[in-house]
Amino acid sequence: MLKIKNKFNTERDISGCGLCGIINAKKVKTNGSDIKKAISVEHDRGNGLGGGFAVYGNYPDYADLYAFHIMYDNLSAKTDVEEYLRNNFIVEKEESIPTFKTSKIYDHPYLHRYFIKPKSDRQDKLFHELEDDDFVVNSVMLINQNYDGAYVFSSGKNMGAFKGVGYPEDVADFYRLEEIEGYMWAAHNRFPTNTPGWWGGAHPFTLLDWSIVHNGEISSYGINKRYLEMYKYNLALRTDTEVITYILDLLIRKHKIPIRLALTVLASPFYQKIDKMENDKKKLFTALRQVYGSALLNGPFAIVFGYSGGMVAMNDRIKLRPLVAASNGDFTYVASEEAAIRAVCQSPDMIWSPKAGEPVMVEFDDIKEKTSLKGGLLSL
Amino acid sequence: MMTIDAAGMHYKELNRLIREGIANGVKKFFIENVNGQYYIGDGIKGDDVVININGTPGNDLGAFMDGPTLTVNNNAQDNVGNTMNAGKIIINGDAGDVVGYGMRGGRIFIRGNAGYRVGIHMKGYNEQLPVIIIGGKVGSFFAEYMAGGVIVLLGLEDDDSDELDIDYFASGMHGGTIFIRKKIDFSKFSNEAELYEIDDKDADFLKEYLTDFANSFNISIEEIYKKPFYKIVPSSARPYAHLYTSA
Repeated sequence: MLKIKNKFNTERDISGCGLCGIINAKKVKTNGSDIKKAISVEHDRGNGLGGGFAVYGNYPDYADLYAFHIMYDNLSAKTDVEEYLRNNFIVEKEESIPTFKTSKIYDHPYLHRYFIKPKSDRQDKLFHELEDDDFVVNSVMLINQNYDGAYVFSSGKNMGAFKGVGYPEDVADFYRLEEIEGYMWAAHNRFPTNTPGWWGGAHPFTLLDWSIVHNGEISSYGINKRYLEMYKYNLALRTDTEVITYILDLLIRKHKIPIRLALTVLASPFYQKIDKMENDKKKLFTALRQVYGSALLNGPFAIVFGYSGGMVAMNDRIKLRPLVAASNGDFTYVASEEAAIRAVCQSPDMIWSPKAGEPVMVEFDDIKEKTSLKGGLLSL
Repeated sequence: MMTIDAAGMHYKELNRLIREGIANGVKKFFIENVNGQYYIGDGIKGDDVVININGTPGNDLGAFMDGPTLTVNNNAQDNVGNTMNAGKIIINGDAGDVVGYGMRGGRIFIRGNAGYRVGIHMKGYNEQLPVIIIGGKVGSFFAEYMAGGVIVLLGLEDDDSDELDIDYFASGMHGGTIFIRKKIDFSKFSNEAELYEIDDKDADFLKEYLTDFANSFNISIEEIYKKPFYKIVPSSARPYAHLYTSA
């Protein structure tokens, strides 16, 4: 049974999905019941062919290690991947991902997690000096491309993706999210329309600490894909959402572009708007469009993007997908529908619809302090 | 009178109860604890049916509705009054995107703001005249491809500037009328429609609808008339005729 290697001959998937995010700026943790409740209000936005969650702060005891979540179609794939991991990483701990057998989720792959760090004397050091993060990225790409029947679906520190085929509330029960605690959550309910629902194709898509859940269709997928391939990203999953994760990794981690600016690459202002800007700003935005034109996302989208420093929710430039945000004390909520927020926070301090292409950005308080110390970031 | 507790109820069940109630002669409904149920009041008929909604109704509220009055005491989500034919939807809070898509009759009154694409593809037909009035502000693509009917944008909490902070206002408009309370330079938005002072006929028309709007929300009509109205109408009913037909 083909579960996690998507060999279908399709170019991308188009989805009419639902999404939610919850973040506490003071890093107060909540268990998975709120995010499950919120996304279950959006039940009818999906069709049972994909549900998933990203959680941050859930592995405090292993916070310095990369937490690999890997799906296997069969045990021989597991043996092969584990040989690669043992050769290249120090494996501090490994175990099955705890699941609860529910009649709603059946025919699932073998799910295992590893808390690991790259060996300092690993073989590839003979050829190049990669930073740990880069080596992890290479390893994720290598396993997903070359190890048949294996798929790494989470590789960050102190965070994890939990996803599969099913409605999100059932996926939440399957992974026992009520027993998991985190200070930031994102959830997705999938309605795949162009590719089959398969375990790897569920959202979130993650790489290192980046996680993306997405509602929409990236019609610039072909351009984005070719651009990313020049930087050795391997787009194995044939779904459009994958490109967003890798573009953000490229812009923010590799090219060190401040997040707010990187977001304007994804949803760049139109030239008619840039023309009306003040001189310096105009130069900056013109340069960004010229240099990163191939990273521009075209088509309708709403995304929730999580990283170790916080959360961003954003629409495409002309608002072709829904997005609502609310704040209540240190909590910020984002969702495709207001009702999803009201289900877990009946009377927020503030509730609003973000404008097209204008990100809702929430940074954790401890990060904010660091950023303001640095100062001098381009104010937009 | 019928009260329905919609807490945790799926929209299919909720709509079944409403339809059964109407079939049994119920004229007044109170629906409590609504949260996210789609399609409330879709396609229902009956000019004397009144439905009161407490909570946040889901998308496509009152789609294809043909007569009844829906009152929402909170915010509404996307696609309010999609292809609505007759009746009235009153929203005390804000509404989401795509209000009154393809609407062909009836009234939608929104006390607060509305999202993107209000009144897209709205159209009148013979004596059918759809009317949307928004008390607050709207998003971009306002009245896109508008083909008929009337949209009134009050901007009650707006400042006194002659600017409208939206893009693609009335792009592709080729029918109907928009009324606003600002003398904006409309040529910045489109050369397919033009801004004019209102005439007596417009004033009479507005008075009826604005009185109804003010009464629906307990707003003083004087407040609404504090600023003068202007209208925007298309320059041509067939702006692209020359592209498709030989002259």
